[in-house]
Amino acid sequence: MSQPLLQVKDLCTSFDVESGEVRAVNGISFNLDKGKVLGIVGESGSGKSVTAYSIMRILVEPGRIKSGQILFNGEDIVKYSKLQMRQFRGKRVSIIFQDPMTSLNPTYTIGNQLREAILLHTDRTKEQANARALEMLQLVGVNDPQKRLNQYPHELSGGMRQRVMIAMALACEPDILIADEPTTALDVTIQAQILELMKDLQKKLGMAIIMITHDLGVIADMCDEIIVMYAGRICERGTADEIFYNPCHEYTKGLLRSIPKLDSKNERLIPIEGSPVDLTCMPAGCAFAARCDKAMKICLKQLPQEYWINDEHLASCWMNVKKVYDEAAKGGEA
Amino acid sequence: MLKYAVKRILLAIVTVFIIAAITFFSMNAIPGGPFSKEKAGDPAVQAVLEKRFGLDKPVHEQFIMYLGNVLRGDFGISLKTGRDISQTISESFAVSARLGGMAAATAVCIGLVLGAIAALSRGKWPDRLIIFVTTLFVSVPSFILATLLLLVFCLMLGWFGVWSPNNPNYVLPVISLALYPMSYITRLTKSSMLDVLGQDYIRTARAKGVRESLVIFKHALRNALIPVITYVGPMTAYILTGSMVVETVFTVGGLGTKFVSAINNQDYPMIMGVTLFLAILMVAATLISDLVYKVVDPRISFD
Amino acid sequence: MKEFNTDKLPKKQILSMQIDLSQFEAATDEEKTQHEKMRESTTFFKDGMRRLFKNPLAVISIIVLMILVATIVIVPEIYPYSYSQMIEVNGKRDKTAKNLAPFEYSKNELKAIEQGQEIFPHIFGTDELCRDYFIRVVYGTRVSLIVGLFASLIVLVIGLLYGSIAGYCGGKVDLVMMRIVDIIYSLPDTLMVILLSVVLNQVIGTALQGTFIARIGTNMVSLFAVFGLLYWVSMARLVRGQILSIKNNEYVLAARAIGTKPSRIIAKHILPNCMSVIFISVALQIPSAIFTESFLSFIGLGVQAPMPSLGSLANAARGGMQAYPHKMVFPALFICLIVLSFNLLGDGLRDAFDPKLRR
Repeated sequence: MSQPLLQVKDLCTSFDVESGEVRAVNGISFNLDKGKVLGIVGESGSGKSVTAYSIMRILVEPGRIKSGQILFNGEDIVKYSKLQMRQFRGKRVSIIFQDPMTSLNPTYTIGNQLREAILLHTDRTKEQANARALEMLQLVGVNDPQKRLNQYPHELSGGMRQRVMIAMALACEPDILIADEPTTALDVTIQAQILELMKDLQKKLGMAIIMITHDLGVIADMCDEIIVMYAGRICERGTADEIFYNPCHEYTKGLLRSIPKLDSKNERLIPIEGSPVDLTCMPAGCAFAARCDKAMKICLKQLPQEYWINDEHLASCWMNVKKVYDEAAKGGEA
Repeated sequence: MLKYAVKRILLAIVTVFIIAAITFFSMNAIPGGPFSKEKAGDPAVQAVLEKRFGLDKPVHEQFIMYLGNVLRGDFGISLKTGRDISQTISESFAVSARLGGMAAATAVCIGLVLGAIAALSRGKWPDRLIIFVTTLFVSVPSFILATLLLLVFCLMLGWFGVWSPNNPNYVLPVISLALYPMSYITRLTKSSMLDVLGQDYIRTARAKGVRESLVIFKHALRNALIPVITYVGPMTAYILTGSMVVETVFTVGGLGTKFVSAINNQDYPMIMGVTLFLAILMVAATLISDLVYKVVDPRISFD
Repeated sequence: MKEFNTDKLPKKQILSMQIDLSQFEAATDEEKTQHEKMRESTTFFKDGMRRLFKNPLAVISIIVLMILVATIVIVPEIYPYSYSQMIEVNGKRDKTAKNLAPFEYSKNELKAIEQGQEIFPHIFGTDELCRDYFIRVVYGTRVSLIVGLFASLIVLVIGLLYGSIAGYCGGKVDLVMMRIVDIIYSLPDTLMVILLSVVLNQVIGTALQGTFIARIGTNMVSLFAVFGLLYWVSMARLVRGQILSIKNNEYVLAARAIGTKPSRIIAKHILPNCMSVIFISVALQIPSAIFTESFLSFIGLGVQAPMPSLGSLANAARGGMQAYPHKMVFPALFICLIVLSFNLLGDGLRDAFDPKLRR
């Protein structure tokens, strides 16, 4: 078995605040292969973005990686020095953020900020870097790229800025692109354009993508694999088809019920009741239990383990265990 | 931008006009003030005043005349010395300007550095120390600070000579004048730096793999400096009024000393002239800092 | 996709886990709510107070201010000397009690003590007019604090009224009112304070002669007048800005949508939300007023003699500074203590109640 490009093993990230320790990410593990697209889904506060920042190691105070490994080509980047980390960021793994309006420095031109990324990680001259910046802007479909190079971020629209962010992230041909809700802050029409662009670029350049979103619809036809997160833990992971057509965790089912489908006309959307748990005092058992209408006594007491549903699908929900028992019981009777 | 500049300049002119009106009419209201005809005093001075200010004319004509005089740079003559006020101002302002300029430069340089250090070591001891010391400095009235510095370093320890016109020693006056604005700039820089360090584009820069020192000096500092520019106006005002105190304490014969003695002598034309002169300087400083602020920050130039 | 990438978990034999089947019964709602542990909810005010009392500098400031207030209230009642009275021994003026050092007795007093009289020590010594300096400093503190509080109160009342009218009315009213504020704001305040003090002193001085206000001192009156005329503008701006931003918040819109009366909206939604900001601003206004008073004392426009203020005491002491440095140091120390306490308290309040504004 070849080594995966990125391996996250039992990652725990916490924020130490006055009122206690906020366990934003609580022991998650996943792998990412070269050129694949991984989707991470979950509602706000489920730890998606913190996972991404942990991989880049750009957590802000008081956040810290408490334990776990992040292996990139087999090397643990948690143990990297500051210098190694600098060479890693932007070169091997790049990230684009949620809000393109605030993610570009307002006092420097687009060209300056693009060049900076290029000059940091390649030994191009300034002219070559400029040419590369121009090429990248063309690639991401910015109109009139020559002019844009000398413009300031505030002169561009949100969609254009997100394209610039993508150009900047891809300028050094990273192996992995992390997209942290890249379309949330944009208009719906622009959202589709940006997603289309990312799909296109993925085909052309062949990098792996980690696509973070709270919107299952966004990643449906883009991802090879999907991870569903809740309260800093992974509920369920599997291929996109498995997650969509055979959800095996009550939370995933809830999520799917709450998005509109094209084929069903009169079906009501069913929201998930309640609000996410308080991450400073995580309950025993399944974090979703209090909001789950199928919750059982065991759900409140014991954390469900990850079970294979089939070769392409893992889920951690006691319902699956119950099913097996029920079937066994039936079998026993028969 | 041009529209804003024009608007801003107009506001400045209106402000100066209002200040002129306030000074003129308030001085007019004083019984026995500079414009009352029954003023007993030196008949020669009285005659010049009458001629220059047209004291026999109605008040509004006097005011227009006064404005005209001021525009020509004529602030009238002192009751005490009988000399031209504009001449006194031009003579004594040189030393005040040098003192104020040095104090401003000191305050800005040290304040920015201390503010940046405090922001970067947020919550650790350098931050706490800097913030405590600067809070202490903004809690001491300048005349007490100046007097204590004079007492300790000049009279008791003898490290610095007492001020004399031929052998001016700027160190202590500059320190006493600079400490307050320096502390203010430190606190301002710290808060603006913290604000900027929490911005998304700093995260972008880090994610690009930019060196931490470059993140701070290239990406953060430039943005953090913008709010500090707005303090230039108030700082000029502070230094100009503060120099009254500092000059009096250290017996520096600048404009500040002249102003304080004019108040004590009830030399109204002098008070009026110097007030107007200083007010014009302050309004001009605020105007310039506002315009520079607009130019430096690309975000707001298109509002 | 067969090679589903993970560190292959061993496929557990689920049936071997030996789970009590009763555990698979559905959980009741009650059990579920118990399961959801919630952080103890606190009100905004409680949370802020908790943070304030965790800040040692703010706590020390509060204690210092309380001690000072207690001192200026109690000491003049029980202290044997008064601030304007020259020291007397056996009913006679004691001319030897001039410029005594702290805890020093004059010649006459020493004689009296030898004769068995008990004489209260002069804690801070005496001044050049044979007056007990401690009581003068205490009175000065009283005057300075009152000036600070009263001036801030004037600023608060005018600023609050003006700002809330402008903010709540909006539209043209707001526009005109704010233009006026803009112009006053652009006047150089210290210069205007000096100018108005000079003028008001003369004008009010003659007008008020003989009335009780003259006893307070026309300088004080003009000081308050100046605060009332000039210093309220930043408070008005602050209040207006707060009200405008709160007015457009969803919860105010919601309150309006369900038909809440405007008076209730102001009382229940707008005021509580801008209270903290206003409170902080007042706490920081007090030291600024004390500063202005001491500055005016310095240039000879402060409170009237024989009434002492800390500023005028320190200023008077500059003359004999080399011979009697303690006369400079005591009032200076008190000013710094008061101003520093208010500044630290204001900063503490800001950090505790307004994390956005953290400086």
